[in-house]
Amino acid sequence: MLKRLRENKSAQGTLLALPTTIWLFVLLIVPLFLTLVVSFGGRSPDGNVIFKFTLDNYARLIGFSTDCAAGQSTCFDPLYLQILWRSLTLAFNTTVLVILLAYPLAYFIARANPKQRSTYLFMVLIPLWTNFVIRVYAWMVLLRKEGAINIIIGTIAHWLGFNFVPLEMLYTPGAVLVGMVYEFLPFMILPIYTSLEKIDNSLYEAAADLGANASKTFAKVTLPLSMPGVVAGTILVFIPVMGTFIVSDILGGRQVILVGNLIQRQFLDARDPAFGSAASLILMVLTLIVTYFYTRKFGFGEEIVAA
Amino acid sequence: MASEFAVELKDVVKRFITPEGNEMAAVDHVTMQIKNGEFFSMLGSSGCGKTTSLRMIAGFEWPTEGEVCIEGQAMGHTPPFQRKVNTVFQSYALFQHMTIFQNVAFGLEMEGVGESEIKERVGKALDMVQLTGMDRRKPRQLSGGQQQRVALARSLVKTPSVLLLDEPLGALDLKLRKEMQLELKALQQRLGITFIYVTHDQEEALTMSDRIAVMSKGKVQQLATPVEIYERPANKFVADFIGESNFLEGKLKSMSGNAAVVFVPLLNAEVTGLPMNKDLVNGSDVIVSIRPEKIRIVENQSGAGIFKAKVGTAVYIGSNTHLYLDLNGSRLKVMEQNRISSLDPNTFYVKDEEVLFTFPPENTLILKKD
Repeated sequence: MLKRLRENKSAQGTLLALPTTIWLFVLLIVPLFLTLVVSFGGRSPDGNVIFKFTLDNYARLIGFSTDCAAGQSTCFDPLYLQILWRSLTLAFNTTVLVILLAYPLAYFIARANPKQRSTYLFMVLIPLWTNFVIRVYAWMVLLRKEGAINIIIGTIAHWLGFNFVPLEMLYTPGAVLVGMVYEFLPFMILPIYTSLEKIDNSLYEAAADLGANASKTFAKVTLPLSMPGVVAGTILVFIPVMGTFIVSDILGGRQVILVGNLIQRQFLDARDPAFGSAASLILMVLTLIVTYFYTRKFGFGEEIVAA
Repeated sequence: MASEFAVELKDVVKRFITPEGNEMAAVDHVTMQIKNGEFFSMLGSSGCGKTTSLRMIAGFEWPTEGEVCIEGQAMGHTPPFQRKVNTVFQSYALFQHMTIFQNVAFGLEMEGVGESEIKERVGKALDMVQLTGMDRRKPRQLSGGQQQRVALARSLVKTPSVLLLDEPLGALDLKLRKEMQLELKALQQRLGITFIYVTHDQEEALTMSDRIAVMSKGKVQQLATPVEIYERPANKFVADFIGESNFLEGKLKSMSGNAAVVFVPLLNAEVTGLPMNKDLVNGSDVIVSIRPEKIRIVENQSGAGIFKAKVGTAVYIGSNTHLYLDLNGSRLKVMEQNRISSLDPNTFYVKDEEVLFTFPPENTLILKKD
């Protein structure tokens, strides 16, 4: 038996892939299937799932409401569509901001001398040693009305003789955006750095030699060759931002509700797992669609290497 | 053209700070004048300053001291993209995300050349390096030799006045390298462009160059034609680095014009040869340098200039026999052509057999001892 396995390469492959396959089947495929089943169900008055087949949950998500003014049986309520749209635009804005912030830094690190490079990368990673939630709370301390930022601005204004009304920064969409950008920045810096670092110095020299100045070299050589990193980083940032609820929960309060918050509340507060499941699947499909069109346009960044 | 020289290096020094914090002169007071239309090589082992010199001409490095002139104009801190020279890189440095056409067209696009002209010139450049029809492929789909040609076409399409080549054949196998050497030389002669070629391969330099600068430790050891470099090396380094030489130590007895007489203790005799330095002082220590192929084994002769030695080893390598003579414990290499085809054991050298040898004064060089 062992001897036969030693000779059979494909059996070896199957055996090696088996643990992960079982893991993914039990913890991904099965739950996903259950979510799908539950999403067609209903809610009993005491918060349990009633298994049946209805599209009510999906209808509710795209705006058909049964909670209407007197005399109407159905009406249009864009509440959930607004939440989906808000999540989408926030994820988009976060990703764009993160790219704009991460790219120059990654470029700077990639062009630094090798000794300093590891120091800089280390510094990028240090925040990740602290718990995600604690880092978000830290922003609360900074952004509060009596927080660090308001105190500093207030002190400076006082010195200069201005009257300063503390800014309302916490529990605004801006606070959520800042928190998201902060949390996901390292996930963009690292892939961009990796692809920039792979670009041989002689390519920059060749571009200069052939008559390209710094900005043309960047546009024609550096940027296209680092696109795999930007694409990978975008996927690493966009998808989690679409689904996360902690940042908006802590920094957005009740003002900024995202799909993540909606789903969380269905399971914990509203006790409507069926509606929560439907929202989860809609989120997943939405994310897949965006990712699909994005990677169809930019690829996974592989064709440069593979072609 | 403004100047008779395509490129001039005037007393150029380039200092680097090593990672240990020491200052090191990679190029140490180098002066060279490279003529228009010349195939010029910089030859030396790694770290001799040849690549740094080339990079200063290209504009990737700036001299710490001295001046680089291109077509008579001092370059100062002119960036690479404003110099009328182009470089073929050792690694080819092709843009992997572009097709062959886009690679070759890159330089013309940067100049703002029109689309139809780009098409025509790129086509011609690809024809020239025998890559017709490859324009839609990506660099990775080509062999090493083909990528090399793309790099060449990409530089030549800009019609530079000087083409800089940094060990462009280093990554190719021996056979392809020999082919490309001849091809490059033919191309250079056809186009009449000045080529400045950096290599550590002496055979390559001797094959292609009009003139060679032999470099070592950041200094030019000799700048001359291939024949001069081989036959009249300026010093012991060049005599040793280019080809092979036997070195015998001696004391200068007298010097008159083109003949120097040296007493060589190892031979216990006086040897006459050509002095390679004018400032040799009578009585000073000198080195007698003789090429292995310029020593002749003789029979039944005696007198001045005929010396005796024992055979150490004889190595038969087909066209030649390499004979290592034992000269009172020192080794002397002799190279003999196998002019006669024979299997007779009597015609072969036997270990410890005594032989007579001689070397004519015109093939004997007297070098200064470092």
